[in-house]
Amino acid sequence: MLKYIGKRTVQSIIVFFVFLTATFFLLQAQPGDISDQFLSNPKITPEVRAQFAERLGLNGSAWDQYVRYLENFVTGNLGVSFSEYPREVWSILKERVPRTVALFVFATLLAFLMGFKSGKVLAWRRGKRGENVITVVGVFFQTVFYPWFALIMIRTFSFNLKLFPGGKFLTVEKWLEKPDTFDANAVFGRMLLTVTLLGLALAIVEIWTRRMNNRVVGRRISWGGRILFTGIVVVWWMTAWSEMLPYALDIADHLILPTITLALVGFGGTMLLTRASMLETLREDYILTARAKGLSSKSIRDRHAARNALLPVTTSLVIALAFLIGGGVITETVFSWPGMGETLFKAALTEDIPLVIGSFTFIAVLALVAHMVVDILYMYLDPRIRVGD
Amino acid sequence: MGVPELQEGAVAVREEALWRVRLRLAWRGLRKGWSSFAGNRIGLVGLSIIVLYGLMALAHPILMGTVWQPSVYDPVIGYDAPVVQKVVVPDNEVTDTATQIDLFSARLQNPLLKVGDTLDVSEQPAPPSRKHLLGTDPLGRDVLSQLMYSTRAAFLLGIVAAVVTVGIATTVGSVSAFFGGIVDTLFMRFADLIILVPLIPILIVLSALIHFELIHLAIVLGVLFGFGGTAIILKSQALSVSVKPFIDAARVAGGGRMHLILRHVVPNVLPLSFLYMMFSVTDAISIEATLSFLGLLNIPMSWGIMIYFANTQGYLLSSASYWWLLWPAGLSVTLLAGSFYLVGRAMDEIINPRLRRR
Repeated sequence: MLKYIGKRTVQSIIVFFVFLTATFFLLQAQPGDISDQFLSNPKITPEVRAQFAERLGLNGSAWDQYVRYLENFVTGNLGVSFSEYPREVWSILKERVPRTVALFVFATLLAFLMGFKSGKVLAWRRGKRGENVITVVGVFFQTVFYPWFALIMIRTFSFNLKLFPGGKFLTVEKWLEKPDTFDANAVFGRMLLTVTLLGLALAIVEIWTRRMNNRVVGRRISWGGRILFTGIVVVWWMTAWSEMLPYALDIADHLILPTITLALVGFGGTMLLTRASMLETLREDYILTARAKGLSSKSIRDRHAARNALLPVTTSLVIALAFLIGGGVITETVFSWPGMGETLFKAALTEDIPLVIGSFTFIAVLALVAHMVVDILYMYLDPRIRVGD
Repeated sequence: MGVPELQEGAVAVREEALWRVRLRLAWRGLRKGWSSFAGNRIGLVGLSIIVLYGLMALAHPILMGTVWQPSVYDPVIGYDAPVVQKVVVPDNEVTDTATQIDLFSARLQNPLLKVGDTLDVSEQPAPPSRKHLLGTDPLGRDVLSQLMYSTRAAFLLGIVAAVVTVGIATTVGSVSAFFGGIVDTLFMRFADLIILVPLIPILIVLSALIHFELIHLAIVLGVLFGFGGTAIILKSQALSVSVKPFIDAARVAGGGRMHLILRHVVPNVLPLSFLYMMFSVTDAISIEATLSFLGLLNIPMSWGIMIYFANTQGYLLSSASYWWLLWPAGLSVTLLAGSFYLVGRAMDEIINPRLRRR
């Protein structure tokens, strides 16, 4: 398994560099550069423009620029953004990557859970009334015109019902009286840290109790664990980070609606696929055996059929990921969520080439890492691979 | 010469032209396929929506040529603002926005107005009326005409993208399954690379820097889909075909490589190709709408652009009374993309033996 992960990492790095090269030359092939924007300004002479181009590293042939860019890239220097001039690309990315990752991870998990649970039930009820309706609903979410759907979500939940804010990362008015000891990125970083640790702790409890022989005790321990860890988190935020709490809640409030919207769009595909995969599994002989043994239908559905139906669904997650990353970019633009997608969009419109390459490559990194995680998850889920290795 | 009757009949059969036999077989296959497709209610719904939109697309040039004046109904440069008489009432006392206007807004147009006067207001966007069945947009253009005009664009884009996709994917899939080795590895690694690349961001970058027109977008999408995921799926199908005994039989009978691929592998991959055509139409339509919604495409009118206008001109949250600006276009993208998807799924249940109910 480790060998596989290593091989996969090397492959991903190669793909990444191919990708970086392709992007770089694609953008190089565009006519003109940033210094041409001053062509019509009589006060800026050609010499000044040449100087300008040299300072931004735009002189020399495309190959020279590529080699220079690659050297800088490896040493962690992504250049300077043109549209936010003195700011380095890396510092912009450092601020925005966590926001995109958070949105993406929450939405993916939510979409997958919802899709899997509903697909399971849907397959079980095949041929009953309402099946067509649910299929149409699934297809609707799969193929809905996403920006329109997002706009309608904003309209309904933020304008009509006034439940959530209609976009942006935070409410500026609430942050005016903030003490100077921390900023939004620090708050958001701590929120992410908390959620990650909590998720890990809950997952460990879950796996541990699932392996226990006594189901009743296991269930009690897992509930206890959930309450204990959530309690720790709540108490920690109330005491140690209490002055950040209102600001954290403000950010969380802004995060909810984009996450739900993205998850709703992602869940249709998973639901339909789980249904198809479950239908296939339900025809296997071991399901018949389980029925003959007299197991309850819930047990057959959840423990015998669904776990086997999970495998093809996980494979398809790779395709869903591409969907969600693309959807994430649109979500960020529609909700003005200042993440990588929005950065990329704005940078592309202002022809801010270093920022385009920077944000684009980091979206690619996100995609590559997500794919790798799915592949490893798949190996973990499939006992034929896990045990045989 | 006395020829026995039986032989006569046999000769008659043998003399029937080959193309007629083929046509008859194709017709029979088509009818059989149709009867199992017709059993799927969801697929039928999808097909009827597609036919409906197809009729809309066909009707637009006819209507423009006969009933609709180009100066009023042209989807891009037409203009019409229906004039409505409104009574001026004191501020904050407007009870019916269709017939009343408050003093403040009225004085913006004519500072001499008093309460009780009437004012001619040219409405833009105008609500649905008999002249404009779906109202007009913020620039005074007929929404129904835009909707119908965009339908044609959507069909054109979807079909070109799908044909390019399937052409490339079938070729790549069959060739790499049949030859294997280095050809296979190259194509499949390339496909992996394309799957990994997030599609929407790359299209945003491309279309922000290059002036994309509809046909360019269709071809780019077709190439990306065709070399990407679809190629992998069709290759696995071609692989399962190319190990069947009839391929060996054909090879033993002296068939060349081209003959084997074109006459034996490709026809057996085609049903699945056709299925993926449906799915790529879905993707192409929604991606085009998304890119035009972001204002990145260099095309005069499409459903995405209609929503882009409604959004950028500030009619999104103004009130529910401007429903005709957002709903027709958004629903059209969803319905057309969704119905191609539904038809694809229905076909999947016919073609894919694992999903068959029987």
